[in-house]
Amino acid sequence: MVPELGHFALILALFLSISMAVLPLIGTYTGNTLWMASSRSLATGYFVFIAIAFGCLAYAFQHDDFSVRYVVSNSNTLLPAIYKFTAVWGGHEGSILLWVLILSAWTLAVSVFSRRLPLDMLARVLSVLGMVATGFLLFMLMTSNPFDRILPRSPQQGSDLNPLLQDPGMIIHPPVLYMGYVGFAVAFAFAIAALLSGRLDSAWARWSRPWTNVAWAFLSLGLALGSWWAYYELGWGGWWFWDPVENAAFMPWLVGTALIHSLAVTEKRGVFKSWTILLAIFAFSLSLLGTFLVRSGVITSVHAFANDPERGIFILLFLLVVIGGSLLLYALRVPAIKNVVAFSWFSRETLLLGNNILLMLVTATVLLGTLYPLIADALEWGKISVGPPYFNFFFAPLMGVLCLLLGVGIVSNWKRTRFEVLRQWLQVPLLISVAAGLVFPAIYGDKYSVAAAVSVFVGVWIVAATVNDIRRRLRNASEIGAGLKRLGPSYYGMVSAHIGVAFSLLGVCLNTIYSDQRDLRIEEGKQITAGGYSYQLVGVERVRGPNYMADEGTVLVTRGGRDVASLKPQKRHYMSGGNIMTEAAIDAGFIRDIYVALGESLGGRSWAVRVHFKPFVRWIWLGALLMGFGAMLAVIDKRYRVKVKASAQEAGSPVPEAGVSINKPGMELKENA
Amino acid sequence: MGRLKLFIPLGIFLILAVFFWRGLSIDPTSLPSALIDKPVPAFKLSTLKDEQHLVDQEEFKGKVSLVNVWATWCVTCRYEHPFLIKLKDKGVPIYGINYKDDVAQARDWLQEYHDPYVLSVVDSDGRLGLDLGVYGAPETYVVDTKGVIRYKHVGAVDEMLWEKKLKPLMASLRRD
Repeated sequence: MVPELGHFALILALFLSISMAVLPLIGTYTGNTLWMASSRSLATGYFVFIAIAFGCLAYAFQHDDFSVRYVVSNSNTLLPAIYKFTAVWGGHEGSILLWVLILSAWTLAVSVFSRRLPLDMLARVLSVLGMVATGFLLFMLMTSNPFDRILPRSPQQGSDLNPLLQDPGMIIHPPVLYMGYVGFAVAFAFAIAALLSGRLDSAWARWSRPWTNVAWAFLSLGLALGSWWAYYELGWGGWWFWDPVENAAFMPWLVGTALIHSLAVTEKRGVFKSWTILLAIFAFSLSLLGTFLVRSGVITSVHAFANDPERGIFILLFLLVVIGGSLLLYALRVPAIKNVVAFSWFSRETLLLGNNILLMLVTATVLLGTLYPLIADALEWGKISVGPPYFNFFFAPLMGVLCLLLGVGIVSNWKRTRFEVLRQWLQVPLLISVAAGLVFPAIYGDKYSVAAAVSVFVGVWIVAATVNDIRRRLRNASEIGAGLKRLGPSYYGMVSAHIGVAFSLLGVCLNTIYSDQRDLRIEEGKQITAGGYSYQLVGVERVRGPNYMADEGTVLVTRGGRDVASLKPQKRHYMSGGNIMTEAAIDAGFIRDIYVALGESLGGRSWAVRVHFKPFVRWIWLGALLMGFGAMLAVIDKRYRVKVKASAQEAGSPVPEAGVSINKPGMELKENA
Repeated sequence: MGRLKLFIPLGIFLILAVFFWRGLSIDPTSLPSALIDKPVPAFKLSTLKDEQHLVDQEEFKGKVSLVNVWATWCVTCRYEHPFLIKLKDKGVPIYGINYKDDVAQARDWLQEYHDPYVLSVVDSDGRLGLDLGVYGAPETYVVDTKGVIRYKHVGAVDEMLWEKKLKPLMASLRRD
């Protein structure tokens, strides 16, 4: 009964989303306020019914309803309750349902928090979101219904959730990632709404900025969580594999990063308008493309759930309508006017343009690397796979240049920057970072590594330039405290995000350069020294978990006679299917991780033990946290809120260049004084 | 002219869409037809367990078996591994081809995650893989009693593939 209820709720949600796509839009053309205003209640209803469907599926899991096919393939009576809940999105059908649920939550949030938006704009935005929802609901109901039954002879036991997914990291990784993925739908909806209305002023940039920031913050956190999960759960200490699915989430992040920066330019200076629209379309298109790549079987990967060509054809058609349609709309509606505000060739605008170009280049190389096997196959050049060397070859230098530009960008001024200013404010950071880069490899590690010197130089450069920029902005403040306060949350958000970039960069580079992995054979009670640390295998015991048995080793790690950690790595045998999982034990630290995985018994009392030394690995995720935090901080900026209010009133009257008119000598002073 | 420039993104996307369409219509998991119904290419290689023990293509004759190309560097192999163990427990003979891998690491891997294979052939330089037309791990072949390749799958073997394709195919081959 409950599954049918869920199925029915999905069908109702489909009708509501179709109405939400159609009615408000018609309203905007006929000027019917009632129809436009209906979008709000439709958004609420649509959210409620999706939530009901999601609840029904969760209920089926909690109650071991093995007449539902999806429950059978992803759950088991022995599964702990919390994993019975997360199993809801452990497979293809459920993760699409989660996608739609999150989309409906975003839609609801837009309708609730955009009270100040002009009604016609809100109607258009919600209508676009309704179109996207309609596509996904049709996809779910036609090709991947999570409520499909196996009747009359339903199995007595399910085949269990993949043990890889039975993990705390998996509880939050997909929802957070989807928050980011789907959040770009909002930025996309704003862009399309702007195209439809023909009102391409900076007002729309101001409206979509907070939404884009939040989506980007979630995407950053989601990527970090995924990489953290891979690190401790897959059991070999890797944190990024350039797997097609990782790339699929990474590309929207890269474009999203470009979008955040170009939105800033569009809002503050009224330039790059059509480019920003295009970026918003790209960011969401790449999210959709990711979905397509993972689910159609076009490219195989770890994350590829079920490869089904029928689904592939549906998604491809959907992509054609959404991406093709919006790019066509873009080509037809974007005004080919010249930008009103001019800027000199060396200014903050050009540097941000550089940022955009570099990020798009990186995205293009990642996209090409991900799709190359497909293209080569279609052109009959043979079947080829593209590996990490390709990605690293392009990624490292391009990102390096981007980080160097970052330092220059933050101290430069809008409109025009004089070289003397740069010299004045960048000399000290340059000296500090060069010195740090030269010194670091000499004191850290056994061999002097040039790569490490370059990485430390770039990382310290970002931090030093950022800190120096704070000094620069305080130079006229009478009192430091008051000056710091005046800078405001959005400035600190930028500082936090940029320092996050430095941390992630240092983490990635230093970890790659200095990581050490050894396979040891240790007898119980004996001690082995490797890489400065001693590992003593105290003993191995049999322990029992809710749905597995495990061999649990106790490894005492010491250094120079001092205890560092006592680690308990496990080797689990899951009862449902004889699956074996290695649960590594990690001693986490700010400067380094020690990572111990238990291997097989080597006969007698000897065990194979794999030991990793992972320096600075936490910095990768710490950096992502700082970036996400920074983006969120920028959203709560009060000054920013006030501006939103002011602009919304202004934009209520259809003055085409409303945004540019507030293009504001006052702002200029605030930023650069 | 300025207007035309704006159609460039649309054009690029449409070109990509054509490739996606092709990608869907050519089954990415099917074997280039050249090797289907041909015998396993000749080789003479050592096994992972014992370097002295050389095996060749004759090994596959006399039963219907799966030949699985795997490597420790391959993430998807790690993913499909538990299912191969399940198949082994059901009594399906699976032969491994350890493709372009480090022998010591490969041995560790099998010890750590259990060994689903009757034996694993060491193909360190990927010569056998080249002859087989391997373009990435994992790949799985169905080989009949005469040592002839009857089916090839690229990507992870899972419950769905097994129930829908491999199991019926192997059963019918066994009957022939």
